[in-house]
Amino acid sequence: MNIIVCIKQVPDTADIKLDGATKKLLREGIKGMINPFDMYAIEEGLRLKDKLGGKVTALTMGPSGAESALREAIALGCDEAVLLCDPAFAGSDTLATSYVLSCAIKKIKDYDIILCGKQALDGDTAHVGPGIAGHLDISQIVNVRKIQDIKEGSVSAQRMTEYGYDVLESQLPCLLTVVKDINVPRLPSLKGKMKAKSATISVWKAADIAAEEARIGLKGSATEVLKVTTPPARPQGKIFEGEGAVDGLVEALKGLMK
Amino acid sequence: MIDYLLTEQQIMIRDLSRQITDEKIRPVAAEYDHSEKFPWDIMKIIAQSDLFGVYIEEQYGGMGGGILELCLVTEEFSRGCAGIAICYSASALGTYPIILAGSDQQKKKYLPAIAKGEKLAAFGLTEPAAGSDASALQTTAEKKGDHYILNGVKHFITNGGDAEIYTIVAMTDKSRGARGASIFIVEKGTPGFTFGKKEDKMGIRASSTRELIFNDCKVPAENLVGREGMGFISAMRTFDMSRPGIGAQAVGIAQGALDEAIKFAKQRKQFDKTVASFQGIQWMLADMATETEAARALVYASAREVGAGVKDVGVHSAMAKMYASDVAMKVTTNAVQICGGYGYMKEYPVEKYMRDAKITQIYEGTNQIQRNIIGMGLIRESSK
Repeated sequence: MNIIVCIKQVPDTADIKLDGATKKLLREGIKGMINPFDMYAIEEGLRLKDKLGGKVTALTMGPSGAESALREAIALGCDEAVLLCDPAFAGSDTLATSYVLSCAIKKIKDYDIILCGKQALDGDTAHVGPGIAGHLDISQIVNVRKIQDIKEGSVSAQRMTEYGYDVLESQLPCLLTVVKDINVPRLPSLKGKMKAKSATISVWKAADIAAEEARIGLKGSATEVLKVTTPPARPQGKIFEGEGAVDGLVEALKGLMK
Repeated sequence: MIDYLLTEQQIMIRDLSRQITDEKIRPVAAEYDHSEKFPWDIMKIIAQSDLFGVYIEEQYGGMGGGILELCLVTEEFSRGCAGIAICYSASALGTYPIILAGSDQQKKKYLPAIAKGEKLAAFGLTEPAAGSDASALQTTAEKKGDHYILNGVKHFITNGGDAEIYTIVAMTDKSRGARGASIFIVEKGTPGFTFGKKEDKMGIRASSTRELIFNDCKVPAENLVGREGMGFISAMRTFDMSRPGIGAQAVGIAQGALDEAIKFAKQRKQFDKTVASFQGIQWMLADMATETEAARALVYASAREVGAGVKDVGVHSAMAKMYASDVAMKVTTNAVQICGGYGYMKEYPVEKYMRDAKITQIYEGTNQIQRNIIGMGLIRESSK
């Protein structure tokens, strides 16, 4: 069972800044962490490996600083790590990003399952996982809360919905995005941390993964961020108390409906 | 904190212990203190992190560190919960007789499982009538063919009942007093080896403390650690090793209480100001921080000396244990004082630090015994 886990380094939630010109998150020089949802994806990958054997490869696209996220993934137990790093990738939206990741996965070639967090803490789009499956033309199950079974080239999983969950079955290879109900991520081990310190992280550029120039970076992006604003603070509510509270409320509601 | 010039691996060990403490131990500390349940789930997390093996040689499945590494882990865990920390470090205490005096065969048999955290160990010396006077042991081990037959009762044994591997001090020749004591490895489940009641303690309530009862317990002769009659010496050498660990536990408790006191003082307002803005509180905090740091420096220095294999480390390790535990008691008491009425309530974490601190002045040799060791050492040194 060969598993690829796609992770993203996101700014530590305590330390977020925006680029005034591009309206994008500043990622350089900011303390990063692995996107929390991706931690569940890593944990699920490691559990599948513990149960079924094989290896787990962590994959990320990002600036050179994202290497630390990959080292953390190795400290947790991932076997290999690949960083997709090229100035040509800069400015990629979710379409271009998922294309780049899919090119790298094509290069890795031998895989049964791709795991992603359901969405990233910063962009919150939940596009990239499904995007990768689209580019690779493989099936996908999103919002997975439990992998029920993997056997004879197929996987069955519980997809979380607003009303409960659906059970879906898919042939392999398959891409799954996971939600936080799926597991409790482990902490790194000392041996893992030592291994991570000296591990070789492969760094691939656009040319290494045969990514078409027109489909990556700003040029390959279909999204343009026009404006980023902070939502206005919610105005203070009004509390109706004591006798006449009901009448007061009714009057206020009437006023609103005018 | 002073830069103690730790190695890269030691920093890694400390940071990982810190992460486990903040993410896994602190959130459950009050719950275990209340329920007195043995913290198996935390032990499992520690096992997965490889930290049970930090002081065990690599050839026996450990990480190849020593006492300082053990102290770094113990200090961090104790900052979260001294009860959980002692489950971890009492296992090391039970293991040290094997490390110090065990045969290669015994090390191969027992150390890998302890290093992996699959099995906990415990040390059995104290008896109802033999506390500070450890030479007054009543438990006997009589050789019969290729076995020893153990009889007697050990009490106040940390990890008793939950550990799998016990190193037990018993008299093989009562007529020789302390020179007639020997150490045996006894595995849980050995016929004739049972456990008494679990003690209801003031502090470190996450840890288990039980009686060990030996009733014609048949132990293979190969489980004798070292030679017959060397038990007392091995036990004292074990304490030389473990005292910096208790010091580290005390430093962790003091640091945890100090952190809580600062946090509280910054948000508690009286007379329209935070209490942290009052010089009276600042001076208390300053003394608490200085003494905690001094204790840490002494503990690390002693741990380094012990780890380097320096001869006659007894006086310094006694100083580290005694000073750090006295500091922990003082700092935790003052932390409760700073937090006032809130500090006295179980809803706030500081009263637990105060209850946990007390035992560090008592076990592994009371602080009065430590002063004896230091005093006698001074006199011996000056008569040379």
